[in-house]
This record gives sequence, C-alpha cells and structure tokens, in this order.
Amino acid sequence: MSTPTSASAPAGTSSGAPTPGPDGGSLYWLVRDTWSVTKRNLRHYVRQPRLLVFSTIQPVMFVLLFSFVFDGVVGVALPGGVSYIDFLLPGILIHSSAFRTTQTAVGLAEDLERGVVDRFRSMPMARSAVLSGRTMADLVRSVAVLLLMIAVGYLIGFRFNQGVLAAIGAIAVVALFGYALSWIFTYIAMVVPGAEAVQAAGFVAIFPLVFASSVFVPVATMPAWMASIVAYNPVTLGADAARVLAIGYLSDDYGSALEPIGWTIVVSAAILAVFVPLAVRRYRRMT
Amino acid sequence: MPAVSVEGVEKHFGSTVALAGVDLEVAQGEILGLLGPNGAGKTTLVRVLSTLLPPTAGRARIFGLDVVDEAPEVRRRIGLTGQQAAVDEILTGRENLRMFGELFHLSVAGARRRADELLERFDLVEAADRPARTYSGGMRRRLDLASSLLVRPQLLFLDEPTTGLDPRSRNAIWEVTRELVDEGTTLLLTTQYLEEADQLADRIVVIDHGRLIAEGTGDDLKEQVGGQVVEVLLASAHDRAAAMEALGSAAHPVGEVRVQVGVDGHDALTRVSEVAQALDRAALTVRDLGLRRPTLDDVFLQLTGGPPPGAEPPAAPSPNGQKAAR
Ligand SMILES: Nc1ncnc2c1ncn2[C@@H]1O[C@H](COP(=O)(O)OP(=O)(O)O)[C@@H](O)[C@H]1O
Ligand SMILES: [Mg+2]
Repeated sequence: MSTPTSASAPAGTSSGAPTPGPDGGSLYWLVRDTWSVTKRNLRHYVRQPRLLVFSTIQPVMFVLLFSFVFDGVVGVALPGGVSYIDFLLPGILIHSSAFRTTQTAVGLAEDLERGVVDRFRSMPMARSAVLSGRTMADLVRSVAVLLLMIAVGYLIGFRFNQGVLAAIGAIAVVALFGYALSWIFTYIAMVVPGAEAVQAAGFVAIFPLVFASSVFVPVATMPAWMASIVAYNPVTLGADAARVLAIGYLSDDYGSALEPIGWTIVVSAAILAVFVPLAVRRYRRMT
Repeated sequence: MPAVSVEGVEKHFGSTVALAGVDLEVAQGEILGLLGPNGAGKTTLVRVLSTLLPPTAGRARIFGLDVVDEAPEVRRRIGLTGQQAAVDEILTGRENLRMFGELFHLSVAGARRRADELLERFDLVEAADRPARTYSGGMRRRLDLASSLLVRPQLLFLDEPTTGLDPRSRNAIWEVTRELVDEGTTLLLTTQYLEEADQLADRIVVIDHGRLIAEGTGDDLKEQVGGQVVEVLLASAHDRAAAMEALGSAAHPVGEVRVQVGVDGHDALTRVSEVAQALDRAALTVRDLGLRRPTLDDVFLQLTGGPPPGAEPPAAPSPNGQKAAR
C-alpha cells in the first residue's frame, strides 16, 4: 500500500504544493480518513460544554436515581443474593448507550446543515468517513461514559463478580450493541431532514425499545402478553447479555449464558450489515 | 481538452428551475467570470461542477471527466471555495487546515507543514489557535480559501469569494487568485460585482434565470451597450428635469442623480465642454462630470432588464479601491 510522499512545499500559494494522494477507494484510506474525522468529532465533544454535560451528568444521574427509586420495589422480585444495583447497572449501561445513539443522528444532522460537509464532499477523501468518523467518535465517547457509570456504580455498591475478562466482555457487548444502533440512527439522519426532526424521530424509535425491556425490571415481573414482546426486544437481549457477563445473572428464559450473548452479537452484526450500506449509499446520493 | 465543458445542463429543485440548459466551455489556464444577480443559478452551477449536486439533465465534464460518473477523479483535481465558508467552526484555523490536509491524503507531518505555510501565507498566524467561529468574515474566507489550497488544485471554483468582505481581505483574495492563475490553475469565479469580473476574468459569462445570456470580454460586453458617454452626477435629484432640458435630446437619465449624454461620434473633448457649458448656463450644481465608457452595470441593465444587484450606491468595488466610473 502506498502512502503519499508529501512534497516539500515552498511558501508559494500553490507552486510546489503537494498533489493529492490516491483517492479514497482503499481500506487504508477509509481507516485513516475515519480517524481524521473521528478526531474532529471528539474535539467537538470536548469543546462543547452542552454535549459534555448531556453525555456525562445524565447517565450518572440515571444510575443514582433508578437504583434508589426502584430498589425497594424491584429488589424483592430478584432472586436471593442479587442486589438491585447489580441487576440494574448492566441494564442501564445498555439503556444509556442506546439513548446516546440518538445523539449520533443529531450530530450528523447538524453536520449536514454545516458548510464543512460541502468541503468534505468535494474532496478526494473516503466519502463514508464522514459517517464512520461520527459513529467511531460516538463509540469512543460511549465507552468513556460507560466507564464513568461503572465507577459511580462502584461507589454505591455495584461489583463485577465474573472476573476481569467477563467484565471487559460486558463492556464490549454493550459498546458493540450501541455501535450497531448508532448506524440505524445514522441512516435516520440521512432520511429525515433537519436536526430537530431527527431528534424527534430518534426518540420515538428508541423510547419503546428501551423501556419495554428488561433494563429496569426482570421480565418475569411483567404481564404475560408484555413479557412475550419484551423477550424479543434486542435491548432486552443486550441487557441480559451484559448482566450475565457482569454478575452471572441469567433469567429463566434462557437455556445457557451463551444465548443472550450470542444473540446480541448476531443482532448487532445484522443491524450493521443492513444499515451501514444503506446509510453510506444514502449519503453518497445526497444532494 | 477544456478544463470545464458543460452541455445542456439543467437542474430542477421541485418546480424551481435553477439551471435551464447551460452550455459552457472553460479552457485550461483561463479565468472565467460567471456574473449574475442573486438567484441566477451561479451557486447551483458551481455545485454541479464540483460534484456536490447531480444535474437533472445534461452532462458536465472537468478535464474530460464526468462529474457524476467519475466524481472521485474530478475531486482530485478541483478546489472549492463556496459561498458559505466551508470550515469547521469549532476547530481552530490550524486544526482545520491539518484535518483537510490529512483528508487530502498528505502525510500527517506533511499536512502540519502545509497548514503552517498557509497560515503564514493568508495572514492567519496570530489567529491560528483560535476557533474558526471567532474569526471575522474576512478571516473565515481566507481560511476557507486556504483550505482549498492544501494541495494544488488544477481547477479552482470561487463562489462569490469577496461578497461582503472588507477591502483588505478582498485584496488578499484577489492577490492570491492572480498568483494561482500565474501558476497555471484554471479559475471559475462567480460574482455579483461587475467590476470584479471585469478586473479579474479573461472572459465573462452572464447568467440570469438559469441561462447564459451573454459572453465575451468585459470590453466585448461593453461594446454591446454602446460607445462613450459624458456622465453627469447631479448634486440633487430635483435638478434632473432641469438638466435634461438644458442638455437636449442626446441626454438620458440613468438614475435619480445621474444623466448620460452620448458622444455619438463627436469629438469627445468638445462634447464634455458642451455639456459643461450647458449645465453652467442653467446654473446647475454638479458633483461630478466626466467621460466614460459604459460600465458592466449598464451592460447588466441592458441584458437583464433590471438593475444590477448592489451596484448603486456605492459603485461596485474594484481592486484598487476606485469607483467603477472611469
Ligand atoms: N437546494 C435548493 N432547493 C430549492 N431551490 C434551490 C436550491 N438551491 C437553489 N435553489 C433555487 O435555485 C435558484 C438559483 O439559486 P442559486 O444557484 O443559489 O443562485 P445564485 O448563486 O446565482 O444566487 C434560486 O431560485 C434558488 O432559490
Ligand atoms: Mg450563490
């Protein structure tokens, strides 16, 4: 793979200025361009207090709020030896990660309204790097927020109890699931015009998914008709997978621990297989 | 092979016809001025040519490459400085240039070096580490232009590069533009400033309602309107009727306080003195009186049947800061 030799450009306006490197067809350039756009987006987060606050304070608040509010009610429905914070935290990681993906859509929609995307689109960079750089930056941010939430969880009694590898696995499963969802929202940002509409559409899509799930309460406590729907909700799968890896809790609906984990990976891969090409094609064709 | 060749390009937005069939060729190394009022279709044409918008009908090629089918190849040859500055507002000037350099596939070190050079060249060193959002309009424009020049474009689009700029930034952009052309870059420049097109461009194409309605050098276009005139700038609009009467049938008004008298093959100097004497006899106060050729404003008026945008007052700026009238 050839990397471009950058010419030594004299101070002239363009004389001796380097010519562009090879176009963005190859995987090498896709990765490098994605990294350049990722850096840009991460700088945006760090420099915009609004985004920083939104993405850190809110999840921390949720951990504290839900653990204290629901403890008394849900705690009693849990099998012996499982505390509510242990039950809640893996679920709320998924919850927060799923919710944050609406921010992917909003960020992209705002980008599309910005002039800078015109420059990206007129340059010989890998086109889809605008999308992959956005989802990658959101993944980095998401992992940072997950770690923060876990730290807060530790302060109020949460403990991983399946070993270090399983703990890393729990975080990885949550991150993967969030990453896959963020591509759905990338696609939504491509088809819904305007940042505000995107935000509204995102919330409509994510709300039932997140709340009709096992994130906050065990499925067994729900009415039968609802439980049968909730069991197929991918958010339930993700929460159950994170839970099994984090604290070894497996609800009776599964035969083995591999089930929720395996299905979460399969569902995430399927979402990526469908929505990455859809979103990229849509972006390429955008006017 | 021409740098730009456009055949029957149309662009419709719903029922709005932004481009109604444009044919155009730009030779390599040429500076083409695309002149037209607001809403004429200038930006739309630039966006089609820079691969941002697919045309509804027709074909456009850049150095022989189709802007739709061979867009990636086209992008390797063009630079675009759009009407709205296309830079990242939150990143600093330096970070913007480094990022674009990387995305032009320079090495990371190469992008850094080139960014520093351009900051220097565009007089942005002091502001280099401030977010672009804090830049003035002129600084933002310069940063935007610098972002188009990280690698050397064979063809540069400048969409109203100086609209709304202070004279200093305008001069800087003009200067850079000339250097680029000296170095062999082809330039397609759009403008509403008639004098800008005349000063910078080798050839001017006038666009209105999505159609090209005239083309030629500034002089060619002026020929279409007619020869020299004596122009009188009155002190007050109330004097216009009196002035018209004093000057007789050769005079025609071109504004509230402006009257022109055709030279029409007479000796120009005699004509000037005749006009001066006639006004003097009528005891009219005059702010300015002189011989001049029609400006592109007049061309515009004649071609489009409407006054040129932003032409009066003050007259369109020119690079040396003088007024349009000569
Ligand atoms: N994205 C768009 N959607 C709808 N109409 C548009 C769009 N872009 C431009 N137009 C319309 O096309 C016409 C030409 O616009 P434009 O190319 O921006 O003109 P100019 O740059 O000469 O001022 C205008 O009537 C404008 O309203
Ligand atoms: Mg325009």
